[in-house]
Amino acid sequence: MNMPNQPDSLILRVTGHFLLPLLIMFSLFLLLRGHNEPGGGFIGGLVASAAIALHLFFTDVQSARRLIWLDPRDLLGWGLTIAIASGVIAMFSGLPFLSALWTELSVPMFGMLKIGTPLMFDIGVYLVVIGTVLNILLSLAEAEDA
Amino acid sequence: MSTLLATAVGVLYATAIYLILRRSIVKLVIGLVLLSNAANLLIFTSSGLTRYAPPLIPEGADMVLNGVVADPLAQALILTAIVIGFGVLAFAVVLIHRAYEVVKADDMDQMKDTDT
Amino acid sequence: MLYALLGGFGVAALAPWLHQLFGRHSGWALAVWPATLFIYFASMLSGVNDGPVLIRHDWIPSLGIQLSFMVDGLSLLFALLISGIGVFIVAYAGRYLEQHQDLGRFYAILLAFMASMLGLVLSDNLISLFVFWELTSITSYLLIGFNHEDAAARRSALQGLFVTVGGGLALMTGLIMLAMVGGSYELSALLSQGDVIREHAWYAPILALILLGAFTKSAQFPFHFWLPNAMAAPTPVSAYLHSATMVKAGIYLLARLNPALGGTQLWLTVLGGVGAITLFIGIWLALRSTGIKKVLAYSTVMALGTLTMLIGLGTDIALSAAMAFLLAHSLYKGALFMIAGIIDHGTGSKDLRDTGGLFRAMPITAVTASVAALSLAGVLPMFGFVAKELLFESVLSSAAFWITMLVIAGTAMTVAVAALIGILPWYGKNAATKKTPHEAPPALLAGPIVLATLGLLFGLFAPLVDERLLGAAVSAVAGSSVTPNLALWHGINVALGLSALTLALGLCLYFWRDKFRHYTRFTDTLAKAGPERGYDASISWLVKISAWQTRFFQSGYLRYYLLIILLTFMALVWTVMLIHWPALSMGINLQGIQLHEYALVFVLVAAALAAARSESRLGAVASLGAVGFTVALLYVMFSAPDLGITQVLVETLTVILLVLVLFRLPGFLRLTSTALRLRDAMVASAVGITMTCLLLFAADARLYDSISHWHVAQSVPGGYGRNIVNVILVDFRALDTLGEIFVLALAATGVLAMIRLRAEDKSR
Repeated sequence: MNMPNQPDSLILRVTGHFLLPLLIMFSLFLLLRGHNEPGGGFIGGLVASAAIALHLFFTDVQSARRLIWLDPRDLLGWGLTIAIASGVIAMFSGLPFLSALWTELSVPMFGMLKIGTPLMFDIGVYLVVIGTVLNILLSLAEAEDA
Repeated sequence: MSTLLATAVGVLYATAIYLILRRSIVKLVIGLVLLSNAANLLIFTSSGLTRYAPPLIPEGADMVLNGVVADPLAQALILTAIVIGFGVLAFAVVLIHRAYEVVKADDMDQMKDTDT
Repeated sequence: MLYALLGGFGVAALAPWLHQLFGRHSGWALAVWPATLFIYFASMLSGVNDGPVLIRHDWIPSLGIQLSFMVDGLSLLFALLISGIGVFIVAYAGRYLEQHQDLGRFYAILLAFMASMLGLVLSDNLISLFVFWELTSITSYLLIGFNHEDAAARRSALQGLFVTVGGGLALMTGLIMLAMVGGSYELSALLSQGDVIREHAWYAPILALILLGAFTKSAQFPFHFWLPNAMAAPTPVSAYLHSATMVKAGIYLLARLNPALGGTQLWLTVLGGVGAITLFIGIWLALRSTGIKKVLAYSTVMALGTLTMLIGLGTDIALSAAMAFLLAHSLYKGALFMIAGIIDHGTGSKDLRDTGGLFRAMPITAVTASVAALSLAGVLPMFGFVAKELLFESVLSSAAFWITMLVIAGTAMTVAVAALIGILPWYGKNAATKKTPHEAPPALLAGPIVLATLGLLFGLFAPLVDERLLGAAVSAVAGSSVTPNLALWHGINVALGLSALTLALGLCLYFWRDKFRHYTRFTDTLAKAGPERGYDASISWLVKISAWQTRFFQSGYLRYYLLIILLTFMALVWTVMLIHWPALSMGINLQGIQLHEYALVFVLVAAALAAARSESRLGAVASLGAVGFTVALLYVMFSAPDLGITQVLVETLTVILLVLVLFRLPGFLRLTSTALRLRDAMVASAVGITMTCLLLFAADARLYDSISHWHVAQSVPGGYGRNIVNVILVDFRALDTLGEIFVLALAATGVLAMIRLRAEDKSR
């Protein structure tokens, strides 16, 4: 793509290639620990989308799109659906919409994990944030190319 | 410290408003960014400033031990405001870009006459 | 009860369809509904002698809002009149408007109006009373303007709407204040709070506002002008609106609130005075008019004035007189209006001067008209006589001398008006009419005959009416148990003498009516300069002002909109701040600030100023970045790690965004003059100073306890999370967050749409 200040540096391209998976992992980490330490869906989503935006700088839109095997528009839809679904679950137990429900799960290596609908809701937020930022940036970048 | 920050908020508001009163549409965008920062900082300052006491509860405790903690509600409010501010800014920027493509003018007075 | 009311709206909605179904018999078919209601209400009669019956339905139970109805003597009297006369009006309309293409629509509005009117008189809750009050204004607007192709009808309808809805606004304010003073929105509770309300400092304003509402609705002087103009409506509407319903709504309100507001000197003076003046002006104008409906309309104004005056006097006998007069008037006025329609229908003439000798062509109508007119004149065995005797007795015993004189003069003129209606068109020479006069069909005659006969029967059996119907109504108005003692024969006393005197005077006036009209021409000029001109002038000013303010405020320039908003904002904020100035303290405190904090704020201020002054886009974007990252640092320093992280990330993305778009736009231009820039800089500085002051005051003032403590305390036990901010976002206030991510998704969709549109433009 033709960024106004397009860098064409090998170092950037190689580091970017390795940085990206790390950043995505980091964003997931931020998302999951968000309930107890700084982080959460908003921050995680912003980190992930910043990572992909960084990727934009040294590749092109097509490869960035390939990178996220989902269309960013679908991300928006999935995010909203998951967030709403997390609220609907409580309604099946006769509680008001969006009441939090928790259950304990024993996961090997992690020990006891508390899993609840707020976490699911946060995942929805995470996806919507990524979807929003990527939709905006990718479509702008594509428009530039056109 | 809130006195100092109140002054800074005032300056942010003043510059933001000066910019959105310009006819140049690019300056309007820059004014908008400053305005959202000013508003966030206004809420942040008015919720009370606390040093070294983030709204995090230490592991194993039920509550904050010494009882003093920064206001989490204001922070939650600002956090979403920052992200939404970005979304709205993106919308405004694209809208302006689109308008510019149609009108080919940066001057809002020329855009005014395009309504039919 | 709820079904009786809401069912009315349901039937109204179905009316056009029912009209199709029943064809030319639709009038009788639809009259079944008000007849059912009448029987339902009549069955409640025996119950209300023991006191009001309250009926409550949960409306929004979670908010504690109820639909509550109060059935007592007063509301039942009105409900019976509304539904009873409604039966004949609906049947009458079916025949009268048979040829009209929009008859279905007419039924719908008429029945909706009836339902609103019933809701108004049966409501116990002030708010629902007000809603029904406004509904009657709106539906009556549609009824008056039913012939919407006629400009005069449109104008009259709009005039009625403006006057009554304008009064309605005042009424709403008055009712809310009343509820605040009385401590309840339920009438049943308020009516026992009379002493508290009358002693309260707000009594006078409340009274003024409520009276404004009641006076506009009931066409009291100086708002009487809309009522005769409303004659543009089809005759069934006039008959209904003016006999039992619309215009009596104000009277109902006054009577209803009498226990809560009445009995003071102010009440007596205002109601007594305005009522007496309205009475006299109404009958004066009636006598000077020649159109049949105009005469009747002005005599309605007279009746409304009489009722207001009687309620104002407030003695037991005056209230008895008011209720008796109300009943008598509803009966004869309904009958007479329907007869006016029959004359119009049968002869094609609307003017008294074009009629005469109709007795031969339509004898039944003529007799009915004469009987109804006798009640209007208050002649011996009619119920109107009973009411008039009570009127005289109450005026003689408690009214000021000038009011007594006005009442006597007005009553004499009423006799003359009654003669105009009851004698003039029927006897004497045959007048040339447009159509050959013919007797009216049963659907048109049923109403007048029944109502006029009732006027006679009620007079003959006055004590029975007293016991069964009016006693409870008068007690409800008085707020204590009152026995009206209605009787046809009160013995030979001053009132009877006055009756004879006014009858004689009235007949003289009737025979010398042409001389009277001739010598009183001068009042026409007065009438032209009357309140209606004030109404016209205020309407034209309203139009001018709105045109001016639209041009002024809607300039189309963003910066002027912003300037107006900002200046208004500052004016409001500073007004409040200056009012509370002595109590305010600025929390100026520069102690304990560390050097790096000074430096950070300095960078922030410098970067913001640089962004404002920058002449290049790159410089501006760089300055913005500096502002954003400094703010992020501030967040981190003051215990908001989540905010700091978010701010840094968003700042990064903002820069990418601006780089992607902004550089496709042209560079900065200096478009405004130095003077304008100076003005903007001053406004901007003023806003900045305002915000700083606001913040300094706010820092020192904490009016309420923060609700954050709850969140802090509940985070781990209730939300299973140690990051309180995140727990608030995804659990405690998750609904807010859900709304926010929807906004985000919408913004993204908007961006996509705009870019997609452009792509399509290009491919074309």
